[in-house]
Amino acid sequence: MSDGAALASRAVERAAREAYGRLVAWLGGRARDIAGAEDALADAFAAALATWPRAGLPERPEAWLLTTARRRMIDVARRRRTRDDAMPTLLLAAGDEAAEAEFPDERLKLLFVCAHPAIDPASRTPLMLQVVLGLDAATIAGAFLATPAAMGQRLVRAKEKIRAAGIGFRVPESEELPDRLDAVLAAIYAAYGTGWEDAARSALAEEAIWLAHTLAGLLTDAAEALGLLALLLFCEARRPARRSAIGAFIPLRAQDPLLWNRAMMAEARSLLGRAGAMGRHGRFQLEAAIQSVHAARAETGTTEWPAIALLYEGLLALAPTTGVAVGRAAALGEAMGASAGLAALDALAPASVAGYQPFWAVRAALLRRSGRVSEAGAASERAIALATDPAVQAYLRAEATTLPGWPPSA
Amino acid sequence: MNYMILIYQDEARPGAPTDAASAQTISAPWIAYTQALIAAGVMVGGHRLGPIATATTVRLRDGKRHVQDGPFAETKEQLGGYYIINTPDLDAALEWAAKCPGALDGTIEVRPLV
Repeated sequence: MSDGAALASRAVERAAREAYGRLVAWLGGRARDIAGAEDALADAFAAALATWPRAGLPERPEAWLLTTARRRMIDVARRRRTRDDAMPTLLLAAGDEAAEAEFPDERLKLLFVCAHPAIDPASRTPLMLQVVLGLDAATIAGAFLATPAAMGQRLVRAKEKIRAAGIGFRVPESEELPDRLDAVLAAIYAAYGTGWEDAARSALAEEAIWLAHTLAGLLTDAAEALGLLALLLFCEARRPARRSAIGAFIPLRAQDPLLWNRAMMAEARSLLGRAGAMGRHGRFQLEAAIQSVHAARAETGTTEWPAIALLYEGLLALAPTTGVAVGRAAALGEAMGASAGLAALDALAPASVAGYQPFWAVRAALLRRSGRVSEAGAASERAIALATDPAVQAYLRAEATTLPGWPPSA
Repeated sequence: MNYMILIYQDEARPGAPTDAASAQTISAPWIAYTQALIAAGVMVGGHRLGPIATATTVRLRDGKRHVQDGPFAETKEQLGGYYIINTPDLDAALEWAAKCPGALDGTIEVRPLV
């Protein structure tokens, strides 16, 4: 396939999947049954494949699919003879087929349903990927290192909870919105993180950015939604520089800024500016701001570590996680010297960092710079053992071999 | 939809009724909560339960009846009462559950009726 044809087929796929999310949101919301909406849509797509080649493409394909799927749902509900509250709604809507040409985009409600506090947190991200973006369970299972059967079951359980517990398809009230939005943002961020770790799963990172785009487009006055999108774009812009031609891991400080995607970084910077102008700070805006300081190296040739350390200070106050504390220690190590970084690491509770790979990698680097060779070797060993990415392991091993007396004799 | 609001509280918590006489009186927050449910038109029903000391369990095994003193499970917090409410969705039910006086010192479980 030529590049142009590949691009076109990707665009068609995107459009189809965007339509899928909108159709699931509209049908699922009215019936309060996501699984039922998906089944009916699958039938409608099958009917389209059988009908359209013969009868020609309908004038409004989406409306055709919606009508067909909704009739299917009504049939199923009639056959089941349930006391389902959704029946009257669906029947009522059936009389209004003219309105379907312009059916509203209700994916925002769907995002809030997927990240509802009543849903198991581990199921929220996979659920979003499936029902909003239309990814199949096998693909999602691969990204989350689960078997397709186990992932399929988890998704079925989550959809059943939504239906049986009567989780409402609605955007939360304003006083509840910040907390609920945090859950949506966290689920999207988790999707990106899952795609970030492993080059083979990078397609998921693209899906996460698509979700963040969708959210920012639907919730235009949410500063944190813009902040998240900016953060993801800053990170994604560096993807081409993260691995060498032979697949070796290249840490941020050693990356060639010429390989960074400057257009993506410019978009991220403008999004962050828009978010900042709203005057409501938050975790994702601060994380994006940290990335924007790193991105500035493409123009200035240097990294403003004191600015990064300061931003981490603010971030730690908002999101006191181990990851943020370790990031702050690394920034202090650059801005104020290795001993300041080590002091910040030493202040962390040993139990919280024992199995946290970045802690040991940062500690090893700071100890090495301080000339504390044997301690650095021990920290390197821990970091290598905890690393899951072979390329990162190889990098850490190469770093450690600059130490005298490495590898330790057995 | 109808939801059951199950109220779990530690019977040994401070301020809990200690004798049969004080258990008869219903405190003001519970009266206010019940009245609010009725006024909002969501109340379907509800009851307070006797303490677990009054509970008796029955099992039928191989046609034989086993009757025992005590509750189904020994837990730190015990089912002390319930309401049944009718709300449009889970979120509205959770709103009401959060307003229940038992949420302050116990745990409220919300389950749909099928």
